[in-house]
Amino acid sequence: MIRRCLWGLALVGFVIIPFLAPAFWLTLLDIAGISALIGLGLVLLTGAAGLTSFGQAAFAGIAAYVTAYLTTVSGFSALAALPFCLLAVALAALLLGGVTLRLSGHYLPISTIAWAAAIFFLFAQLQLLGGQTGLAGIPPISLSGFQFLSGQSCFVLIWACVLAVIVTQNFLLRSRAGRAIRSLRGGALLAESFGIHVFRTRLTAFVYAALLAGLAGWLYVEFIRFLNPTPFDITAGIKDLFVVMIGGAAYPWGAVAGAAILSALPVVLQAVTSGQNENYDLIAYGVIIVLLLQRSRIGLVGALVARFPALAAPGVKVSSSSAALLSRQVPRRGEVLLRAENVEKWFGGLCAVRDMSFEVRAGEIVGLIGPNGAGKSTMFNLITGATAPSAGKITLCGADVTGAAPGAAIRLGVSRSFQHVKLLHGASVLENVMIGGHLRGRNGILAGMFRADRAEEASLAAEAVRQLERVGLADVMHRPAGSLALGAQRLVEVARALCADPVLLLLDEPAAGLRHTEKQELAQLLHTLRDEGMAVLLVEHDMDFVMNLVDRLVVMDAGAKLTEGLPETVQADQRVLDVYLGGVA
Amino acid sequence: MNTTIAMLLIQDGLTSGAIYALIALALLIVFTITRVILVPQGQFVTFSALTFGLLQSGVMPLTAVPVAVMAVIASGLDVAAAPKERRWRTLRDAAWRQLTWPLVLLLVTFSVNPTGLGIFGQILFTLAVVIPLGPLMFRLVFAPMADSSILLLLIVAVAVDVAMGGVALLLFGSDGVRTAPLLAMSIPLGGIRIHGAVLLVLATGAAAMLGLFLFFGRTLAGKALRATAYNALGARLVGIKVRRAGQVAFLLAAALGAISGILVSSIMTVYFDSGFIIGLKGFIAAIIGGLASYPLAVGGALVIGMIEAWSAFYNSTFQDVIVFSALVPILVVRSLLSPDLATDEPAE
Repeated sequence: MIRRCLWGLALVGFVIIPFLAPAFWLTLLDIAGISALIGLGLVLLTGAAGLTSFGQAAFAGIAAYVTAYLTTVSGFSALAALPFCLLAVALAALLLGGVTLRLSGHYLPISTIAWAAAIFFLFAQLQLLGGQTGLAGIPPISLSGFQFLSGQSCFVLIWACVLAVIVTQNFLLRSRAGRAIRSLRGGALLAESFGIHVFRTRLTAFVYAALLAGLAGWLYVEFIRFLNPTPFDITAGIKDLFVVMIGGAAYPWGAVAGAAILSALPVVLQAVTSGQNENYDLIAYGVIIVLLLQRSRIGLVGALVARFPALAAPGVKVSSSSAALLSRQVPRRGEVLLRAENVEKWFGGLCAVRDMSFEVRAGEIVGLIGPNGAGKSTMFNLITGATAPSAGKITLCGADVTGAAPGAAIRLGVSRSFQHVKLLHGASVLENVMIGGHLRGRNGILAGMFRADRAEEASLAAEAVRQLERVGLADVMHRPAGSLALGAQRLVEVARALCADPVLLLLDEPAAGLRHTEKQELAQLLHTLRDEGMAVLLVEHDMDFVMNLVDRLVVMDAGAKLTEGLPETVQADQRVLDVYLGGVA
Repeated sequence: MNTTIAMLLIQDGLTSGAIYALIALALLIVFTITRVILVPQGQFVTFSALTFGLLQSGVMPLTAVPVAVMAVIASGLDVAAAPKERRWRTLRDAAWRQLTWPLVLLLVTFSVNPTGLGIFGQILFTLAVVIPLGPLMFRLVFAPMADSSILLLLIVAVAVDVAMGGVALLLFGSDGVRTAPLLAMSIPLGGIRIHGAVLLVLATGAAAMLGLFLFFGRTLAGKALRATAYNALGARLVGIKVRRAGQVAFLLAAALGAISGILVSSIMTVYFDSGFIIGLKGFIAAIIGGLASYPLAVGGALVIGMIEAWSAFYNSTFQDVIVFSALVPILVVRSLLSPDLATDEPAE
């Protein structure tokens, strides 16, 4: 309700401001709108995907220079130049993203600083582009005879773009593609484990952000109609990131709030320092950002949402009348789903897993136990392809996956939970579980932006709710996952793994942090799943829980298999007692 | 192209390469120990070069003022954080430990005529006033958020750089500075003359690297730092003070930056915003070493210096464009060497 009112207010403002605001403020608002567009790209890139770029101003610069060149030299109209300038920006983003986005997170921002500097020097040095003096006489946008020359008409154009991007971005962030982008924040392992291609998803977010910067660059050059390199220098790129840090990187409106503040700040400082030089605002920006990030990282809009929860985006709608998702065929009972043969893993000179061979069949629960450091979690990472084995062979559902990409396991129907919980803390429990169903959906980024994905989203949400009901967390599904107790978070991971419709479920210490009754309920659930034909492999330290649950045990010690068998046999095995009790007993 | 020009270019490349190597080493020390990607490293170079330059031209720089301001804020924070009954004692200790040095610097600033210091006095004063900026920066900015993600620390580092750029403009103005060579001699070698400035840069660079090698390899403090870089939690468990390690890392970085600044001021004109680009080139060298390998970073720095010297000869207009574009092939190689997914740090 409050959100509707605010949207109404924004639309009213959009209509009346051009008639009321004095020319100076109108110009300032136009500049703020352009800055907000760049910021909106960073909301997706930094706020959602957890990547950072200091080079957005350089993308805007590429678009601006392509537009200026095409309109002044090649005789294009402003509108005809738009597709070309966006194409140029997209190509640049694909090239730069292509060489940087496979690397871990911090390489991207440093690289963006370097190539933003390079692109800026290029603008300043190329005589073709006017060098330091720049290009003048750029024609305005004209639409069937009407020319966008006045501050009013530019305001309408710029802010129409901003509002349209906010609307579509809000939809996108809550869609399947948006969840994939947001899952990047949980680390590459989380995303890949549910079939989200990390590099491609990063590249998508990067190109999306670059295209918005490109649109901003095009609007800028058409608004100012004169072009020199200064607005696209590295300081400008840094300020673009500050915009979303101050406004709130997790919210599209954060870009608007940040842009408004940073556009107004120089004016305010000019008044306060009575028109001294510009270096005070550099110092002010720097100090404000440091203080802000030391204290709170949610920005202005984040603080407002925390104070007034009614402002938060509404949760995922759950309707009962949705088509069921396709399910995998249940394997024949007793079919071998996992076979590890002589698997070995070396980390440098350390052997974490040595000559491990075992099988897991459909319709059984197998426990993988062993003292701390026995190599159980490494074994999990080997099975799911998170790390490649140094030797040996791993077969999942009949397919050889040795050394395959992490997405292979989930595609074959093998899903997992993590020893160290990997949930998106800010996202709702339901959305976290829906990430598990990623591969059961089809819709991409465009369908998400324009809500052409409603039927599929409803089915995914219904499936996620069904899994949450199974683990007993349906009543908290709209709460942020980070607000749950650790035990409950582990159950969310179980639900997320189930949402992928697995035939083999790998659970890494699912019962840690659960209360006694919760453990009993979890055991009950796993028994039900087994009876339905699923296979479960779990690592667990709680021996009471394990012994009453599993059909078979595999015991690891110092990276190698110690023994394997029925729980009673293993419990009676002297060697097992020795490794657990250190041989004292 | 003849041998004489080639020799000159190699000399240029080695000289700037040695400077970038010092920067790259500082960046690596700070990154491995504190996970901070120290974008403001170049500012230490600028502050030092301009402080020294002003001293040489007989003007007393006000570099001690920001040092004093930061020290006052730091001790204020210490006192505020102390329990009520111990506030006086904390204040006394803080005043003694943190404020004495800035006070001495301020006294020198406002009472001494720079020409009376002599060249060694000027160098010493420059080092004395620039080096404290490192630990103070760590104390005020990075120590309170030491547990944050690399990404967040990087954004903060950029913010610090922006603020320091503003301070540099206030302190030193927008005029460039170039000092007279420290060693007014040159030796002939194969048809060209090797200038004293070049020899000094190379000798200082080699000495600094040797010093670091001995510090990290032979002293307990150095080994403790290496342990922190390897595993901060493990280091804490065996009694190494991780916060102290961060302070030492920033001190070393500021010292390397200050030394580079004095050296650089005699081989190029330094402006208030030159540090950023110099620092960035150090970064590219550090990236060649994967932000982890010291020898690769030094080698990388020399390569960057060479690329710069040769591109300056062939196409001086696009010199920086060429140097920064060299990053692309480096990143491609790094991509091919990238590690397992399991080691990737989540953003949350």
